[in-house]
Amino acid sequence: MDVLIPILAAAVRSGTPVLYATLGEILTERSGVMNLGLEGIMLVGAFAGFSVTQSTGSPCAGLAAAFAAGVLVTLVHAFLCITMGANQVVSGLALAMFGGGMSAMLGRAHVGRTIKGLSPFKLPVLGDVPVIGPVFFNHDAMVYASYALVALLAFFIFKTRPGMNLRAVGESPRASDAMGLPVVRIRYLYTLLGGGLAGIAGGYLSVVYTQMWVEGMTAGRGWIAVALVIFSIWHPMRAALGCYLFGGIDALQMRMQAAGTSVPAPILLMLPYLMTLAVLTFISIRKRQGILLGAPASLGSPFRREERE
Amino acid sequence: MSAWRLEPRVSSSVPLNAAVTSVSVCMALVIGGALMSLMGVDPFEAYGEIIRGSLGGWYGLSETLVKAAPLTLTGLACLYSFKMMIWNIGAEGQLVAGALASAAVVRYFSVDSPAAMFAMMFAASAAAGGVWGAVPGFLKGRWNVNEIIATLMLNYIALYLMDFLLYGAWKDPMSMGFPMTAPFPETARLWRFGGSRLHSGIAIAAALSLLTWVIMRKTQWGFEIRVIGENPKAARYAGMSIMRNILLVMFVSGAIAGVCGFGEVAGLQGRLSRGFAVGYGFTGVIVAWLARLNPLAVPLVAFLMGMLLVGGDTLQVVMSLPLSSAQVIQGVILFSILGGEMFSKYRVRRAGASVHGAASERAE
Repeated sequence: MDVLIPILAAAVRSGTPVLYATLGEILTERSGVMNLGLEGIMLVGAFAGFSVTQSTGSPCAGLAAAFAAGVLVTLVHAFLCITMGANQVVSGLALAMFGGGMSAMLGRAHVGRTIKGLSPFKLPVLGDVPVIGPVFFNHDAMVYASYALVALLAFFIFKTRPGMNLRAVGESPRASDAMGLPVVRIRYLYTLLGGGLAGIAGGYLSVVYTQMWVEGMTAGRGWIAVALVIFSIWHPMRAALGCYLFGGIDALQMRMQAAGTSVPAPILLMLPYLMTLAVLTFISIRKRQGILLGAPASLGSPFRREERE
Repeated sequence: MSAWRLEPRVSSSVPLNAAVTSVSVCMALVIGGALMSLMGVDPFEAYGEIIRGSLGGWYGLSETLVKAAPLTLTGLACLYSFKMMIWNIGAEGQLVAGALASAAVVRYFSVDSPAAMFAMMFAASAAAGGVWGAVPGFLKGRWNVNEIIATLMLNYIALYLMDFLLYGAWKDPMSMGFPMTAPFPETARLWRFGGSRLHSGIAIAAALSLLTWVIMRKTQWGFEIRVIGENPKAARYAGMSIMRNILLVMFVSGAIAGVCGFGEVAGLQGRLSRGFAVGYGFTGVIVAWLARLNPLAVPLVAFLMGMLLVGGDTLQVVMSLPLSSAQVIQGVILFSILGGEMFSKYRVRRAGASVHGAASERAE
């Protein structure tokens, strides 16, 4: 157990940035818009978070800047996909490319510097519970905030009226429009919100997790988040499960490297991606058997009131 | 309501598409220029430098062609799958798989005849890239596994596989710790033009563009790919096998990317070294889309993208702009193309004028 607890705690920490991005993408996709640009948005968020924390000395300001930067770059995607009806796959790829390039271009002067981010603190009472305490309740504030966000979103999406409207727009924009819902406005709102959360995900990586800026530091986490949305069947609770699973593989892999196993490092580094592929395949097989729900019905298709389907 | 409304165009023409694409690229250059001036760089000087660096003189031109060849190949690789609305984003990994297979042939099956080496390396790289593409193709066809994620994950897996070999069994003992294989023997190299870095990969790229055009336009298979892409329901109704076509298209797509990897290691590098894959797989996505999935336009667009990359290198040296600025401009170009596409699909009308317009169209 003593060996396992640090790994599990590390799994939670390493899964947290992916969790923010996954939750954001769940909101976006629930409204019927697919945003494959998470990788780029996270990088922009990571750089914005780092540079603002560096100049203000406040990690909170940094994370706010990461959110704002995430919203700002996602605006391009939202405009192209919602207003212009562009191909969402290609637009998302463009965003991933643009974000990666932009963050590298702006961040080149900052490589190698470090900042002071958030420090972990133990939650009273909960933190003293054996096993659960050290694994879940001895982290920084952003980890606790992510727990709250998971519960909040699960409640919001399934138990409230705006949440129901969000799902309705994602399932059938036409019917929602006939009901009088502002389809375009709702899609903009959740696409931008999702982008903001992806920005925070990046900000968490640079401001809290590593406390520095490295070009391309997300290392595919944005893409893994897109895969975990499918794993989560668009449900925040399952998203948390998937993200900690990914975090666990990542933590295990790092621990094994540090312990100096005979397994070569590239093979260990390959594990999270192999795992993601395996899990995605497994979930798709089960979906085929009709056990699980599918994606929002209108995911990926633009809505234009004047057109018949 | 809003003062403007959109009417779908009944048909779109080649001149219209070309005009929209050109305007979009110009838009992208203006936005890119604005970004550069924000960074304190004179955009006119920067664009001038790009053109001088990539077209001025034999060296720049040959370097542009050196980059246009792999971009044509990855662009074609993406084209096959995109035509069928299958999103193969894994050209990068397939390219690496092809390069690994070529290096394996050199390491384990080296023979004295250059022709035999060429044939074996070509076949091995196409097969390896093809398999690397067919795996997500199979998963997609059989269980509807999301191919975007699957191909992306396989990119990382291929890159780490290369690391595993280059830091381990395949490392050149003379490389002083650098992760690279020993130089290939001359029999395993592609033919090169004079003293330049230009190699016969460019001929392979040109031939494959033509072949792709013939396949798409003149064969039953090309027809099936187009129908499945535009209307899968109709395709299934007509008795076309979706599963077989996905598998085949993903194999061909991966095989072309694999051959691209072969060209890079046997033509350009002369050995397999870490970092030989510089994102051609991803730029291939832009090339295919910018060419509007027209195989004959692919080499042209690849040349323009090659200019941007070579020019980007020059900018890095002359104006100390980072290489990533080329990536930013690529993203902006893709954004503008996507925005511009609306104008080739729809006609924008003033709301007031549209009543008359609609009436006269009905009268026709």
